[in-house]
Amino acid sequence: MTFRRLATCLLLSTALAGPALSADLRIGLLDDADVLDPAQSRTYVGRIVYAALCDKLVDISTDLQIVPQLATDWTWSDDARSLVMNLRQDARFHDGEPFNAEAVVYNIERMKTLPESRRKSELASVESVAATGPYQVTFKLGKPDVSLLAQLSDRAGMMVSPKAAAASGANFGAKPVCSGPYRFVERIQQDRIVLEKFAGHWDAAAYPLDRVTYLPIPDSTVRLANLRSGDLDMVERVSATDAASVAADASLKSETVIGLGYQALYVNVANGARADNPLGKDKRVRQAFSLAIDRDAINQVVYEGTQAAGNQPFPPESPWFDKTFPVPARDIEKAKALMAEAGVTSVDIQLQAANVPVTLQAMQVVQSMVAEAGFNVSLQATEFTTLLAAQSSGDFQISRSDWSGRLDPDGNIHQFITCKGGQNDVKYCNPKLDALLDEARTVTDPVARKAKYDAANAIMQDDLPIIYLGNQSYIYAFDKNVTGFKPYPDGLIRLRGMDKAE
Amino acid sequence: MTSYIAKRLLVAIPTLLIVSVFVFLLQKLLPGDPILALAGEERDPATIEFLRAKYHLNDPIVWQYIYWFRDLLHGDLGISLRTNQPVTELIAEKLPVTIQLAVLAMIIAMGIGIPAGILAAVRKNSALDVAANLVALSGLSVPNFWLGIMLILLVSVNLGWLPASGYAPLFSDPVRALETMIMPAFVLSTPLAATLMRHTRSAMLGALKADYVRTARAKGLSPRVVVLEHGFRNALLPIVTLSALLFGDLLAGAVLTEQIFTIPGFGKLIVDAVFNRDYAVVQGVVLCTAVGFILMNLLADVLYVLLNPRMRAAL
Amino acid sequence: MTITATTEVPPAALLRDTPFRRSWRKLAANRAALVGLVIVAFFALVALLAPILPLPDPMATSWSAIRKAPSAAHWLGTDEIGRDILSRLVWGTRASLSAGIVSVLIAVVIGVPIGLVSGYFGGWLDQIVSRMTEAFLAMPFLILAIALAAFLGPSLGNAMIAIGLSAMPVFVRLTRGQVLAVKTEDYVEGARSVGLRHPRILWRYIFPNVLPPIVVQATLTIATAIIAEASLSFLGLGQQPPSPSWGSMLNTAKNFLGQAPWMALSPGAAIFTVVIAFNLLGDGLADALDPRET
Repeated sequence: MTFRRLATCLLLSTALAGPALSADLRIGLLDDADVLDPAQSRTYVGRIVYAALCDKLVDISTDLQIVPQLATDWTWSDDARSLVMNLRQDARFHDGEPFNAEAVVYNIERMKTLPESRRKSELASVESVAATGPYQVTFKLGKPDVSLLAQLSDRAGMMVSPKAAAASGANFGAKPVCSGPYRFVERIQQDRIVLEKFAGHWDAAAYPLDRVTYLPIPDSTVRLANLRSGDLDMVERVSATDAASVAADASLKSETVIGLGYQALYVNVANGARADNPLGKDKRVRQAFSLAIDRDAINQVVYEGTQAAGNQPFPPESPWFDKTFPVPARDIEKAKALMAEAGVTSVDIQLQAANVPVTLQAMQVVQSMVAEAGFNVSLQATEFTTLLAAQSSGDFQISRSDWSGRLDPDGNIHQFITCKGGQNDVKYCNPKLDALLDEARTVTDPVARKAKYDAANAIMQDDLPIIYLGNQSYIYAFDKNVTGFKPYPDGLIRLRGMDKAE
Repeated sequence: MTSYIAKRLLVAIPTLLIVSVFVFLLQKLLPGDPILALAGEERDPATIEFLRAKYHLNDPIVWQYIYWFRDLLHGDLGISLRTNQPVTELIAEKLPVTIQLAVLAMIIAMGIGIPAGILAAVRKNSALDVAANLVALSGLSVPNFWLGIMLILLVSVNLGWLPASGYAPLFSDPVRALETMIMPAFVLSTPLAATLMRHTRSAMLGALKADYVRTARAKGLSPRVVVLEHGFRNALLPIVTLSALLFGDLLAGAVLTEQIFTIPGFGKLIVDAVFNRDYAVVQGVVLCTAVGFILMNLLADVLYVLLNPRMRAAL
Repeated sequence: MTITATTEVPPAALLRDTPFRRSWRKLAANRAALVGLVIVAFFALVALLAPILPLPDPMATSWSAIRKAPSAAHWLGTDEIGRDILSRLVWGTRASLSAGIVSVLIAVVIGVPIGLVSGYFGGWLDQIVSRMTEAFLAMPFLILAIALAAFLGPSLGNAMIAIGLSAMPVFVRLTRGQVLAVKTEDYVEGARSVGLRHPRILWRYIFPNVLPPIVVQATLTIATAIIAEASLSFLGLGQQPPSPSWGSMLNTAKNFLGQAPWMALSPGAAIFTVVIAFNLLGDGLADALDPRET
């Protein structure tokens, strides 16, 4: 009897707790976020959470322009070595601490000096930052770097409460205190991250949702099933193969946007002994490999046409895309001719790819495409951590790699292809290309800057140490009662204006 | 009894030491560099160096093990490379989830396996017996993960009856907890239910042949009383012991089930940790599972002695 | 059997009635075990004949036949890049069966000798082996296999090694236990008192007598190993694309559950059937080789 009463009590209490009065948005993420400290964080899903949790100095618009957020306006000096920013005066951190120039100086210095910081290379050009007024900061740069603004539109520009950061040090991520429209409530690893509305936010009126819960659910089918059953309101990165069924479902809506990043094949041209193969040694063989690939067919077969076929570090929609080199059609005859010119008829080559079904599917398609031109590709599915290690130590012939993309063109090229580039795993080195890419960093005029990148692109298209295949898209699906969602090319979910009708 | 348990626990210590050394070595020999993934997309050399030093990854393996062991003696299992959370905290967070799943699976397995075994034994060689044996064999032979995805396909995707994934703690949200747990628990229970059924059946067959059952029958007691009071009571011993042993297996068996139903428990924690080369987490979780396994074995042996009057007298 | 029938058997036949024959007769009389044997034989045949069966190339892709439902042209449908699933299933039989058998062979070849020696000689060696075995058994089988497979690198061969090593301690413990029971038997004591050397005693007197439970365990472990291979492939640590194995087919199929459920159905059913067959066979062997029953 007692048990029955207890059970009834429990049932009643859950029934009462069930229909919450506040609007709670539940978002299914592909993966769990890592440390929730903008200085230390490295995952993409982490950035999705920050979009609600932490405001940045500047933000981007849907058409990739840099727009004010915590900074209201800014000016570059003529030599691109000094940046002056004016700040909002009505912003506060979640712990009530004021946001001002001192806080910015503290944050930038924390990013540059915290031993655990992952932001050091992003802020490498910043020599010093000073409060030149209560709400004005001035960045002094060691060398000209116009890409800094783009860096400040992401994690490097996220401001955390100096008081909280000083108190918790490297453990800041356990209980992050930022100044975004939502504040941290709780987190259970691999299960959920819960945020609630921060009433003290300067733009609080534009955020109708009271609560946001992020739930990592890696399996795409499971994530979608949860959306359909109403356990989730929104999911990110729907798999391309599910896009059609989402579109057919009257209770769901979806949005797709081409991202900033690329998918590519890195060809080992000079990184150790394994570069010693026809593909690594002869650019004609690489050109043949590239020509044997039907990029559009990959997009159709594997990604159901949701991605963009591409041949450059930027998507074809990007203002930085070089239109003199359109995405090439497959040309198997020309590929064979190039092979003949290089004096080879068949090439045995190993291709390593991350152990992800859709990636392997795409690589099997490539495998069968290039076979016609005489390439005998053996696929090697590798776990991600092993792939990274093999790639940086030169233990690969071709490596299939993704780059999530940066707003500034520099972030998609420089570090991968310049002689001393931090991620130049293919060990390509061409002083002419280095010069062009270095100069591009100093040019503030967009037209003159694009000319530099076009010249660089001409060299890269000829040498092909990196064979670009296409550009990822972000596909979102959400319940039709979710309103106000706008997709951004960086893939983040910005909650401004988003609401959920009951 | 106490001295017996103490002796068994003492013997477990070298076993656990071997486990820890083995897991440690195996992990350090694993290819792949967690630091490269950890350093972020930019892979800043200074950050990489700092992280290697922070996690003692530049030291010789022997020293790394000694550091780990020294911390272990202080009750510290290290911190997760990936999330910076203490491993002990992670375990405290995940273990209840898996135990909740395992207990539910055990209840289902016993609820199906034991009655089915008794029925099959009582009606030996009947159609019911054959059917029960076939179902049990299927339960043993079906790949768990396949059963899991098929159930998701049928129950969640097509019928929409139950959520395909998720987790809720039993005490704060019992309805949701049952909704999310029932399918994975069922999947997890299938081989157990099958094993229990088969063992119950053979134990019951043995018991029903025994003299005291024949005597009871001769005395004209009702078949129900004979089967349950005399037969089952005596068949109970191997069943209880087996259940304790199987529970130890359950904790391990949850690995793939949790992966498929995205349940944030032990199994998911360790698979993710192996793939991310999150050394301290793998180390801590395997050690913890081994402790659980050894304790369950001990429990099985102790139960065997306690439930068996003859053995109890011998001690 | 009546007494007259027995007397009619010539003495020579009685002599030839070895334990092996007796067991075989018992097995042949067990219908369930026979069904198991026939299914196993069928799959073994399919695996052997895969190259000459009239099937499309299991690796041949077709952009015009992507994820087509079962039809006359493709009996089990096609997969995510237009390959024939029936053909992949048939070729996958090779991977899955050999994974089951090879990994158990590895476990037996390493585990049984260790168990024999450890049980026979006892002493500190036995202590060490026992502690090691316990340690291995205390680690969850699949976790151990996952870690080993990750360590060795993802490939079918390495998955076999990983499964074999993970299954090995079971055979060490089983063999050791059997040896302990057998070594006090009269005939072993006798052989020792005659002054036979240890290797000979182990090989001639002990090994044949501990073999039956090992055979049973090995057959049942093949069933477990096939599931383990499928589980590893399911996690991406087994057979590598484009070559098929049942587990890797399932791994791909789980991404297309909504659009192409047939991709998951047939490989799962194949695993199920083979595993059930090995279990039936193992149960039958256990009965047939049990010396207690006549």
